Amino acid sequence: MFHSYGFRKFKNKLFFVLCLLCVVIAVVPLLSILYEVIARGAPQINLEFLTANGLQGGIGPAIQGTLILIGLTSIMGIPLGVLSGIYLAEYGNNKYASWMRTINDILTEFPSIVVGITAYSIIVVGLIGTFSPIAGAIALSFMLVPIVARTTEESIKLVPNSVREASMALGAHRWRTIFSVVLPSAKNGMITGTLLAVARVAGETAPILLTIMGNSYFFQGMNQPMDALPLRIFLNSRQPSAELQAEAWGAALILILMVLVLNIGVRLASRGRLRR
Amino acid sequence: MSNLEEKMSSVNLNAWFGQKQVLKDISMSIKAHTVTAIIGPSGCGKSTFIRTLNRMHELVPGARMSGQILLDGTDIYGNEVDPVRVRRRVGMVFQKPNPFPTMSIYDNVAAGLRLTGTKKGKNLDKVVRTSLEQATLWDEVKDDLKKPGTSISGGQQQRLCIARAIALQPEVILMDEPCSALDPIATAKIEELVVQLKENYTVVIVTHNMQQAGRVSDYTAFMYLGQLIEFGDTTTVFENPKSELTEKYITGKFG
Repeated sequence: MFHSYGFRKFKNKLFFVLCLLCVVIAVVPLLSILYEVIARGAPQINLEFLTANGLQGGIGPAIQGTLILIGLTSIMGIPLGVLSGIYLAEYGNNKYASWMRTINDILTEFPSIVVGITAYSIIVVGLIGTFSPIAGAIALSFMLVPIVARTTEESIKLVPNSVREASMALGAHRWRTIFSVVLPSAKNGMITGTLLAVARVAGETAPILLTIMGNSYFFQGMNQPMDALPLRIFLNSRQPSAELQAEAWGAALILILMVLVLNIGVRLASRGRLRR
Repeated sequence: MSNLEEKMSSVNLNAWFGQKQVLKDISMSIKAHTVTAIIGPSGCGKSTFIRTLNRMHELVPGARMSGQILLDGTDIYGNEVDPVRVRRRVGMVFQKPNPFPTMSIYDNVAAGLRLTGTKKGKNLDKVVRTSLEQATLWDEVKDDLKKPGTSISGGQQQRLCIARAIALQPEVILMDEPCSALDPIATAKIEELVVQLKENYTVVIVTHNMQQAGRVSDYTAFMYLGQLIEFGDTTTVFENPKSELTEKYITGKFG
């Protein structure tokens, strides 16, 4: 009786409904966060809020600081990550590389607060002596490099070996093969992965909390504290002032929008390229 | 044909993948401006053999070899020989057409020159055209040179790969079952081309199609389980084989 056609059909339906239910449960928190941020943040947004400094109740320095951090982190982290990824994918057929791969994977999952205090004690206290955008960018690079290395490695491994062989058989050297033949083929995956990684670290708070400190004023110099959006959200939301808390919601909305724009931009760009 | 000049030869060649020996003591001679076909059942070492002729074999992890491969009398595995130089002189066409997917038809043909740093400036156009003409592809693609190399048909792609190999003016062209992924019409075109190529180059072609070996080659080598069973001019090997094994294979009793 339990093996009747009707029962099997019912099981099939049940499984589908369960899956659907789980998706709904997973999406609810996400949507409620989005709703909350938009409902509370949107009223804050106006030109003055976006451009004024902290003392005038604006988040201009935070936006500027986040953009500076993204720039510095990308300059430091992307080349390092991409070259590591190339090494792991193209020369990574040995014990040393498999160790590197494991360490890299662990680093990807590393608690960001640990990266923050490490950067604080080594760079801020030890090397530079002040809070600094550089220290913040280095801390974020710690987080960026392993992700970029991983996506680069994965994208390069997707390039069929026949393409490499074709190039080697023409008498091209290994590096020439990698740069002129393999990387152009892996380019789409690498760009997508890298930009998504940048979007991810742009929202990190812990690593910059102890390295750039926060600032009410616009960029002061490489050896001065700087502001950034995640930091502004964190600092303002702890203040016993409804006004400052409202600013934090506004900053949160802007941060989410920046990350979304990066995300959607990447997707549109890579889709367009694939279509050719 | 015995007075032809020798272009390449293998001397007591052995090759392994890890512990597995795939080539056993192969000695044979390849004459200049001829087509040499290598036939035999799957897994007999045909592909491995031609990949030792341009040092592509050693790129596979775990691959080793011993013995000598002579190109114009010099061992290409000698200590002072750069494999990159060898591969420039001994070009290769693979089983599956593998044009560079990110490059146009033009760039694919020019790729060899660019990748090896021998830019020819204004002459590049001419080299691309002559190479495509020699590969009998020019008339079909001359208006589409900017299109991606992967946008043409499989047979055209394979001729594009031949043009890409020719552009470097190699002395020897190795072909590893170049028609196995192609339809009969495309195959016929490649076969016609192979025969034309021997005017300027020495060709070694691996095939599991015996009729093809009979149609295009001057010499035929029959390999079985890593050994060279029989080698001689094609007519003799096909009509009057010395070994019983060769006869059985050619008449289709196994393989």
